[in-house]
Order: sequence, then C-alpha cells, then structure tokens
Amino acid sequence: MPKAKVTFEDIGVTVTVPAGTRLIEVSERVGAGITYGCREGECCTCLTKIVSGGEHLANPSVLEDQVLKDNLAPRGHRLACQAQVLGGDITVRPG
Amino acid sequence: MADRGLSDDAVELAPGVHWVGALDPHLRSFDIILKTANGTSYNSYVVRGEQGVAVIDTVKENYAEVFFRRLESVARYDEISTLVLNHLEPDHSGALPELLRRAPQAKVYLSTRAQMMLKALLKPPMSDLPDYTPVSTGDEVDLGGRTLRFLHTPYLHWPDTQCTYLVEDGFLFSGDVFGCHFCDARLFNDQAGDFRFSFEYYYAHIMRPFREHVLDALALIEPLAIHLIAPAHGPILRHRPRDYVHRYRELATPRLTNEARSEKTLVVFYLSAYGNTRRMAECLAEGAERVGGVRVSLYDLEGGEPDVFCDLVEEADGLAFGSPTINADAVKPIWDLLSSLTSVNVKGKLGVAFGSYGWSGEAVRLIEDRLRGLKLRVPVDGLRVKLVPDHDELDACRALGQDVARHLTGTVEHRAIDMSALVG
Repeated sequence: MPKAKVTFEDIGVTVTVPAGTRLIEVSERVGAGITYGCREGECCTCLTKIVSGGEHLANPSVLEDQVLKDNLAPRGHRLACQAQVLGGDITVRPG
Repeated sequence: MADRGLSDDAVELAPGVHWVGALDPHLRSFDIILKTANGTSYNSYVVRGEQGVAVIDTVKENYAEVFFRRLESVARYDEISTLVLNHLEPDHSGALPELLRRAPQAKVYLSTRAQMMLKALLKPPMSDLPDYTPVSTGDEVDLGGRTLRFLHTPYLHWPDTQCTYLVEDGFLFSGDVFGCHFCDARLFNDQAGDFRFSFEYYYAHIMRPFREHVLDALALIEPLAIHLIAPAHGPILRHRPRDYVHRYRELATPRLTNEARSEKTLVVFYLSAYGNTRRMAECLAEGAERVGGVRVSLYDLEGGEPDVFCDLVEEADGLAFGSPTINADAVKPIWDLLSSLTSVNVKGKLGVAFGSYGWSGEAVRLIEDRLRGLKLRVPVDGLRVKLVPDHDELDACRALGQDVARHLTGTVEHRAIDMSALVG
C-alpha cells in the first residue's frame, strides 16, 4: 500500500501513514495541536494550515470548499477532519 | 397582553429610531445554563432613513405577536428595505421567517459566517432563501440620510455575531455584546432597576469564554463616537454608554499582571487520598521546572473551589490533572473543575493527566478524553502508577514533567514514527 509522511510542525512529529488516511486519524493519536468540534466538516474548528505538500492531499469536497469559504479560511488551509492523504510528504500545523 | 405596563407601541430612542422588542419577565433559565432572577428582554430595533427602513434583529418566536404590533406602529411592511441580523440564535431570529414572509422585498445583511446558519434556520418549507448579502467591517448600507456600518465581531458569542453602527446618530446595535438578562419595562439604563449584577453575570457566562474575541471587538468599538448602545438583551445604554465599554475592557483584562508572562506557565492540579498522587504531582512539577522557560504552580483541589481555579486555567499555557481512581473513575472535584472550564477559553492549551490507582486506574484515560473534548491538545501520554510510586516511577513523573515542559516551550526533539506504532 502506498505510504505518505505527515509532519505535525507544532509538536515535531513525522508519521508514516497509509495512503487514504485522513489527517484527523493521525493528529489525534499523536496529540498534535489541531482541535476538533463536529468532526463532519461543518464547524471549521479543525482548520489546518498546510505548510507544504498540499498537492499530496485529495481535493476538497464541495462541502469542505464551502465551509472554508464561509469561514474566510486563508489560502492553503484545509479541514483536518476531511483532508485525505494521498502520498508524498506533507507538513501541517494548526490553522 | 401589554408588557408590564408598556403599550404595544414602539418606544422611541431618537426620531426615526425605535425599540420594537419584547419583554419576557418570567424567564428564569436561559439556554439551560444561565439563571435570571427577573427574566429578560428580546430587543429589536427599527431605523428609518429617507429611502428605506431597517429592522435590526427580531425576537424569540413566542413573542412575535407583540413584536409585529410594535413594528407596525412605526413602519409598513412594504417600507422595510433592510433586515440586519446581528446574531442568528433563535431568541433573536424567531420572528425572522414570518417577517420575511411579510416583507419579502427586504434585503438581509449578515456576517459571512451567518450564511450557513441562515440556511439552517430557514429550512423547508421556507426553502427559498431571501436576498442576502454577507458583510464585514466597514461595509455600509445607506438608508438615505442614515448609514448603517457593520463591525465584524465574531464569537460574541457565536461565530456569526456582528455589531451595527448607526453612523449619524452614534448608536451601536451591539447584539449580545453589552447585553444582559434583565427585564425592565423602563427600558433605559438611567431609568431601569439595578442591573449591574446581571451585566457582569452575563459577561462571565456568555462572553468570557471568548475573551480574545472581546478584545478584538473592543478595538473596533472603542474608537467610535458612541451616544447610545442598543444591545439585544437588557437595558438600552443611553446614559454614559462608554462606561459599559470600559467595563468590558476591564473584565477582559487580567486583574494582576502575570509575573510569568515571559515564560510558559504550567498549572498542576491534583487530589490525593493517601499522598501517592500528590507525590507524583510534586515530581512532575519538579521535572517541568528543570526545563528553562516554564513556571509551574501546584494546587491541591481540596483547597479551593472551581470558580477560583478557572481564573488560573484561563491564564495558563499548560494544565496537568492528577487524580486517583476511585470506583473506576476520577474523583468528583476533578470533574467539577473540568465541567467549569466551559466558562473560559482552553482551546489549544496543553493538557496531561496522571494518577495513582489501586487496581484498575481508569481516571487518567477518562481525564485525557475530557481534555480532548475540551479541545486541549494532549501530546504526551498520561502516567498511571499502581499504589505507591517507587524511585523509578517518581523519575518517570519527573520525565513526564520535562516532556510536558518541552512541548510547552517548543523544544521537543523531532520524532519519526509509523502509524502502526500508535495506540488506537
């Protein structure tokens, strides 16, 4: 299975994960500073800055796009409960 | 029925500016979590310009009838050009669907974050959304000789909240900001009974968790020339309105300077039946102090009340909670404190749990789950020690303290791990 490396900049941890993993699945387990509310892509609590490697994340869904827009999310931010890792190296930190 | 001696007519704030709200004197519990000893009011306002009429917020659905009667006393529905929604919580938007039905030509102005809430409020059969415009700080609506200017003031106390400033009159329609649950038909602060307790209680329970956002909002509000503040609950503040702005500034500012402001702060709370969890707490604190740049405070929860400890929590960067396990749970004072933390902002603070136990030791994991639920980050696994901590276990407590301190100071060594190694 393809792997990806996700680095959580705020806690200095790089985790090797299987492709298809959502950021929420990893960040909670390593205790990164990304916090969660609804966990369903609606509340925008888990806004996350993609420091690098954004191209290795699956494109946002229509819902995620709308929530990011409604919450005035800056460019290069995603919802950790939605963003799915495809491969490569990705670095993130709480948004 | 008339409201406590008030007629069903609108009440004038200034020529062409009226209160058209409703009084709810018998309410005793608001949103379940708030007490009120004499009810509340749902304040709505009408502003008339030469080219249009604006309605600012509505009332709770049960009070729509009196709201519409008051509204009709100062405006026709076909004159209403503008609906301003400063806050979409049902106590302010309850009459909105019916108002939109009666004044379908009205354009709605609301904050960007309110858009999704508007859609959620006006679900089918009101599936056709009104003509709405998201606005932010500096955006204006010209009513003809009167200008409504918007201030983006989110999280006071919902994501959607905003304030609206009537430029020519210096009136601030502040939504829940500067409001309180106090019902008085005299309406104005220079005539109403003593509502100071209600004002402070409302701040403490509604606004305090969003202190940083209060400060952001004050930065927008303080430079304004304010002749009157028209909040969405409680008395209208026409006498010395700036005093209430100053009071918010005081309430949102720590009472004493934090002496450790140049350092990270860790507060260690613990309870201990036989001294074992206390010993762990002391060693955790000792370990954390070994890392430069962290100042540790140690508190036995038996010696205080949750409200006092909330003040400490609000200011701290990191929080450690030590509890023995009794009857398969953490002990009640821990839960009392953790359930009080919704009154302060703890999002993103660092949390860690520890404790001694007799045979099953559930407390630590239960506390960690609660910390995550409160949106703290929990980067370090908690530490459980069976009964009396020995030399090595106390060293492990010191190591935990050091680890916590490194996370607080951002000096933790980079780790590379495989997901399969993480505990589910």
